[in-house]
Amino acid sequence: MAFHHALKIQEEVCIGCTHCIKACPTEALRVIGGKANLIAERCVDCGECMRVCPVNAIIIEEDDFSKIFNYEYRVALAPSVFIGQFPRNITSRKIYSGMLEDGFTHVYEVEHSTGILKELINNYLAKNPDIRPVISSFCPAIVRLIQVRFPSLVGNILPVKAPLDLAAIAFRKKLADEGIPPEQVGLFYITPCAAKIAAVKSPVGEKKSPINGVINLNTLYNRIYSVIRREEKAYCVVPEKEQLLPDEMVWTLTGGEAKHINGRCLSIDGMSNAIEFLEKLENGTVGNFDYLEMRACDESCAGGILSTNNRFLVSERLHNRAAQYFIDKNEGKIVDNKSILANRDYIIENASLGTIEPRSIMKLDEDMVQAMRKMKKIEKITNFLPGIDCGACGSPTCRALAEDVVQGRARTSDCVFVSIKVKGGESMNQVVDYTEEIWGKDRFRNMLPE
Amino acid sequence: MSGIGSGITGEMKEMTYAFPIEGGDFIKAGHASSNIKKILNQLSLDPAIIRRIAVAMYEAEVNVVAHAYRGSMKVFISPEKIRVRVEDEGPGIPDIEKAMQEGYSTASEKVREMGFGAGMGLSNIKKNTDKLDIRSTINKGTVVEMTTFTKPKEA
Ligand SMILES: Nc1ncnc2c1ncn2[C@@H]1O[C@H](COP(=O)(O)OP(=O)(O)OP(=O)(O)O)[C@@H](O)[C@H]1O
Ligand code: SF4
Ligand code: SF4
Ligand SMILES: [Mg+2]
Repeated sequence: MAFHHALKIQEEVCIGCTHCIKACPTEALRVIGGKANLIAERCVDCGECMRVCPVNAIIIEEDDFSKIFNYEYRVALAPSVFIGQFPRNITSRKIYSGMLEDGFTHVYEVEHSTGILKELINNYLAKNPDIRPVISSFCPAIVRLIQVRFPSLVGNILPVKAPLDLAAIAFRKKLADEGIPPEQVGLFYITPCAAKIAAVKSPVGEKKSPINGVINLNTLYNRIYSVIRREEKAYCVVPEKEQLLPDEMVWTLTGGEAKHINGRCLSIDGMSNAIEFLEKLENGTVGNFDYLEMRACDESCAGGILSTNNRFLVSERLHNRAAQYFIDKNEGKIVDNKSILANRDYIIENASLGTIEPRSIMKLDEDMVQAMRKMKKIEKITNFLPGIDCGACGSPTCRALAEDVVQGRARTSDCVFVSIKVKGGESMNQVVDYTEEIWGKDRFRNMLPE
Repeated sequence: MSGIGSGITGEMKEMTYAFPIEGGDFIKAGHASSNIKKILNQLSLDPAIIRRIAVAMYEAEVNVVAHAYRGSMKVFISPEKIRVRVEDEGPGIPDIEKAMQEGYSTASEKVREMGFGAGMGLSNIKKNTDKLDIRSTINKGTVVEMTTFTKPKEA
């Protein structure tokens, strides 16, 4: 099976420093030939590796902006954290007018769908009292993390589409109802992270995403901010636009989802927090919870890898916008009867996710006897290694190197200490030769005597 | 992995691992079970079976932490079955049948404050294993042995 990953390691920039291989929660990265390499089936698109790269060698591949002009009707599906990037004195109307100026014909906020989603979640909980806790399907990195590292919990994932998909379905329907031919409509999601790109390009639990492309939130922010600043004079007329309700605005922030769900709920953000909790959950030791809101990023989507501004500021800005909602006249009309409700039944009919398959990355072999054999070998090699997890072999830990050796991805002599020990009689020159295969040519030349 | 005494007998017939359990330390409770769970995951056991074993192991481990002084958790892995033996030095269980009843607990105030002591542990273990064997000697200790068959419905 092919997994689409949006993150791309720029070979010419990567200095092969091991920061990323250590940060990855699924041990999906190795250094080979002096460059970071991705083991595709392991990656959950969380972006932790990007955060720690000291030279920004890991980038997010995005669709070319001009792709939007392939469509007559160009819809920006914007997450509220996009608005949260802007200082409070820039009204959301101004931001939208900037987006229209930039080439979009429509702007629709993803979180308009959360009212219906909230209903769907509460219904699902009521109808399935045996499945507890139900884990939100919101964050694609979490869904993927569960698939690969906590396969026994896939049955706990909410089988309902995320707000993004529901909003896409809703807006597509709305335009179709207006008589617009579907093939002329392009839906573009402004993404705060790599995980949502993966969700669009290789969705889990659905065959094909209803979204046509993704735009990097950071890139768009920079464009729009400069458009707005250029146009300080007056903002162009914004067509009548529905405003997000305060609760909808903060749905993607930590706690924004859980507070609408009946029963005992928890909100967990941050990759290591999620892993710690899922670990406990698998042991059945966390008590009786009904629902878990779980997001890979600290401060949820405000902390997305493509969120331009500091996550705490973005979160605060959005909370402020939500709080001032009813008193802010510049924001435009407050619509009581949301247009999305006109297609409520249609959206509900199309809201289910198919089965989410476990795909454990931990299995050493499909066959248990083979797996036991490999395990034995791994333990033997691990005992032999120094156990300092230095990363100099290109694998994140000594244990991971042992696994790589047994799986045919590496050699024991990739360990510099083993190599020095085994080739003890030989010159430093030769040791340097051995390490070049991992660390790239000439990297250790300066360690040699003149 | 800090498994002590990992060994193997015959041609890949059985693998064993042992982990110590410290009495009274609730922060570390779950350490042994977690390590064994990791191993079972790597050995490509069915996730549903691993989850049942994990729940049973954890309950047995917490019982040592809550009710005994110290102990160990040993796992014997073969392609047919997973056997987990939790052994402790402790007060022992005077009436095992009674202890097995849902809701029966002698847990101290301190243990209850930690959120344990509902008296559900042993029955939970029973529910999640195919074979359960408990032996106990007063003022000496308890041995809880849980067996799970790797192929569903073979029990
Ligand atoms: N290893 C042990 N040593 C001594 N006594 C034990 C041990 N395991 C269980 N018991 C006794 O059996 C009782 C019932 O155990 P069980 O695990 O079912 O409930 P609990 O530990 O009291 O509460 P819970 O497991 O719900 O937190 C305990 O209260 C204790 O008296
Ligand atoms: S995105 Fe996450 S899972 Fe993928 S390689 Fe980077 S750190 Fe690992
Ligand atoms: S928390 Fe939000 S921004 Fe972060 S990975 Fe998940 S969906 Fe993306
Ligand atoms: Mg107990």
